[in-house]
Amino acid sequence: MRQAEFKSQNPLRSPVDRRLPRVAGPCALVIFGVTGDLSRKKLMPAVYDLANRGLLPPSFALVGFARRDYSDQDFAKEVHDAVREHSRTEFREDVWAQLSQGFRFVAGDFTDDTAFDALAATVTALANEQGTGGNTAFYLSIPPSMFPLVVQQLKRSGLASDARGGWRRVVVEKPFGHDLQSAQELNQVLDDVFPSGSIFRIDHYLGKETVQNLLALRFANTLFEPIWNSNYIDHVQITMAEDIGIGSRAGYYDGIGAARDVIQNHLLQLMALTAMEEPVSFGAQHVRVEKEKVLASVVLPDDLDAHTARGQYGPGWQGGEEVIGYMQEANIPPTSCTETYAAITLHVDTRRWAGVPFYLRTGKRLGRRVSEIAVVFKRAPHLPFATTDTQELGSNTLVIRVQPDEGISMKFGSKVPGTQMEVRDVTMDFAYGDSFTESSPEAYERLILDVLLGDPPLFPRHEEVEMSWRILDPILEHWASDGKPEQYDPGTWGPASSDEMLARDGRVWRRP
Amino acid sequence: MTTRLENTSAGEIVRTINAERHRIGATATGMVLTLVIVTDEENQSDATRAASYSAMEHPCRIVTLIPRPGRVDPQLDANIDVGDTMGPGETVRLRLRGELSEHAASVALPLLLPDTPVVVWWPTQAPSVPSQDPVGALAQRRITDAAADMHPMHTLIERQKGYTAGDTDLAWTRTTVWRSMLAASLDLPFAPITSVDVRCERSNPSGALLQAWLHNCLDVPVDMHRSQGPGITDVTINTDNGPIDLSRPDGRTGRLSRPNVASHDVPLPRRDLKDLIGEELRRLDPDETYAEALAAVRLEQPKSRRRTPDPADAEEQT
Repeated sequence: MRQAEFKSQNPLRSPVDRRLPRVAGPCALVIFGVTGDLSRKKLMPAVYDLANRGLLPPSFALVGFARRDYSDQDFAKEVHDAVREHSRTEFREDVWAQLSQGFRFVAGDFTDDTAFDALAATVTALANEQGTGGNTAFYLSIPPSMFPLVVQQLKRSGLASDARGGWRRVVVEKPFGHDLQSAQELNQVLDDVFPSGSIFRIDHYLGKETVQNLLALRFANTLFEPIWNSNYIDHVQITMAEDIGIGSRAGYYDGIGAARDVIQNHLLQLMALTAMEEPVSFGAQHVRVEKEKVLASVVLPDDLDAHTARGQYGPGWQGGEEVIGYMQEANIPPTSCTETYAAITLHVDTRRWAGVPFYLRTGKRLGRRVSEIAVVFKRAPHLPFATTDTQELGSNTLVIRVQPDEGISMKFGSKVPGTQMEVRDVTMDFAYGDSFTESSPEAYERLILDVLLGDPPLFPRHEEVEMSWRILDPILEHWASDGKPEQYDPGTWGPASSDEMLARDGRVWRRP
Repeated sequence: MTTRLENTSAGEIVRTINAERHRIGATATGMVLTLVIVTDEENQSDATRAASYSAMEHPCRIVTLIPRPGRVDPQLDANIDVGDTMGPGETVRLRLRGELSEHAASVALPLLLPDTPVVVWWPTQAPSVPSQDPVGALAQRRITDAAADMHPMHTLIERQKGYTAGDTDLAWTRTTVWRSMLAASLDLPFAPITSVDVRCERSNPSGALLQAWLHNCLDVPVDMHRSQGPGITDVTINTDNGPIDLSRPDGRTGRLSRPNVASHDVPLPRRDLKDLIGEELRRLDPDETYAEALAAVRLEQPKSRRRTPDPADAEEQT
């Protein structure tokens, strides 16, 4: 074949030349469920923002698939509106004009064979029209129950096969199942059709920026690693709090709850990154191996009643606004036992972490929106001060804030100015100019770009997903037999039982 | 709020910044670098504004030095902005009058943030060897702009002779959009490359750097042709299978065409100062690719608009 004598090594790219952004190669992105909320609010604006930053190749194509009677122009208008409303970068007519040349729409049902054949024809045509080279990523922005159907259709229509050249990748969003068994079934469906390196499990809470910041803090400094163990660390609190309720997402949320929604993937991933040993390299496989070791050494407390807590937000006032409770939200059955707040205690059975509890909590309608990892250090073994001098001295704490509002803050004792000797906690805060600049890509942009670049290091593989379910399943079973969760007032930091959970260990939650 | 200090000293300026910072309650600074700008009265406003815009991405202290030589007594006047008026960082604009204008480094040194990188930027006229300039010697990164000089190509050759690791030039920064689009165009398999043609405006240092870079990477003759501009207007990579062509006649939108694929428009804007400075501040280590491209630049003889083999010949001797 003539193709064989063509060069594939790009002579214009060099690892030394770090100014050149890593632009995705030629490809098409096919979005299923393109008319959905996620697609309009996040995916389509992220695609535009990537194009605006010059990170998409000139030969990029976006294909929408949904049950709408759209033409390509109607679809382009839909994307246009979504972009105008939700994009983070300024709208530039020339960027838009260029990007929209590659828009296509295929109407149809997931059961409709002809629609998928039409999709296959569209993707093939784009290889020449746009020069995508046949490279295709499929984004399944659809309920997990639809996955088997769509994946089978991709197989049947030949879309999933890379026989005609180019790569194929598939993107699925969390939740990855609702327990171990369903996760395994889901993995089975995907594994049948796509090789495991082509499956991207996306958790948009866990942006790459976050992971890289955490790895840089831990492993690029000499300051923290020597004290990153049970000799110095008393406990770790990992929090992801939202101030909003479930809104219109009852259909998704009810029956799932906070633990499945957030702890299973997001908080356990953050915990694994906090607790893991130094990887051999930051390559995909090496980081994964270390995370898996942490997840494999997690043990649950014996008394789950005493060391876990859950709650459901009630009605009340939050931040100057009257809000309804979970049971009053639209389409919530009166029998619902779904938790909107979950807190669990975990131990990592290794020498490094012996005796250091990890407290994980998440919830909706809490005090404010925040995600953070707080590493709380032991108190100094001896204080050469009068006890009255250090009455207001707490524990040294290192807080790693994750997206949004990325930053690091440190709490330590300092002498209060004046003639009296008095030591009090002070906080030092560092935030890179991240949250208020458009130059740092949003989580979805990084995720989509990584998929198009084929950069999987930070996406969990199915082994990690299954290990996470193994940790969470016993807790969920225990809760299921426990009736209704305790109510908590909106705008607070969760139910009383979660405070009691820490009080039993002689500790308190930090107010994030 | 802007604080004006007349006939002041560096020590008093530092005290004022600290007091101002306390007043607004910002006790921890979290700044990542000091950016020193050396410029004249005419350009100080644009340059400082561009720099403070980039401070949103890289929280920094901006020290703008405006020498005002003349037969007056040496005097230092300062305008200090802390907080939101000029962006999130701290901005100090200094007018160095009389003999003091010869001793800018003595004013800048006490104003550098402790133990963080220093970047010096000359938006207009820069010293011929930036690293040996007293202010330039304070910095690990020195940004010049050959295009802002009267004779850009001669300035570029001067940069080449005086190059020290850590030097960089905005003429090079301007090529990034071209370079990344050209690199993207070679991401697909392509036939062996035989030669390259670059078209740009007369005396365009960015064009010369792009030509040198392409020659370094591809190791084929890269010919330079004159065009009416603006800036670089066209790059053609000739392959055995036909040309891959990227052209931008209007300074905004490019058009990429390649063999057997429909051509399409690509955004290829000429970027403004704030974007260029933002890119420069992203990396503070020596730019080896720039060093290699700069070293390969040859002063071209004025030629007609027709194809001329001379620049390629000159490069083959290297």
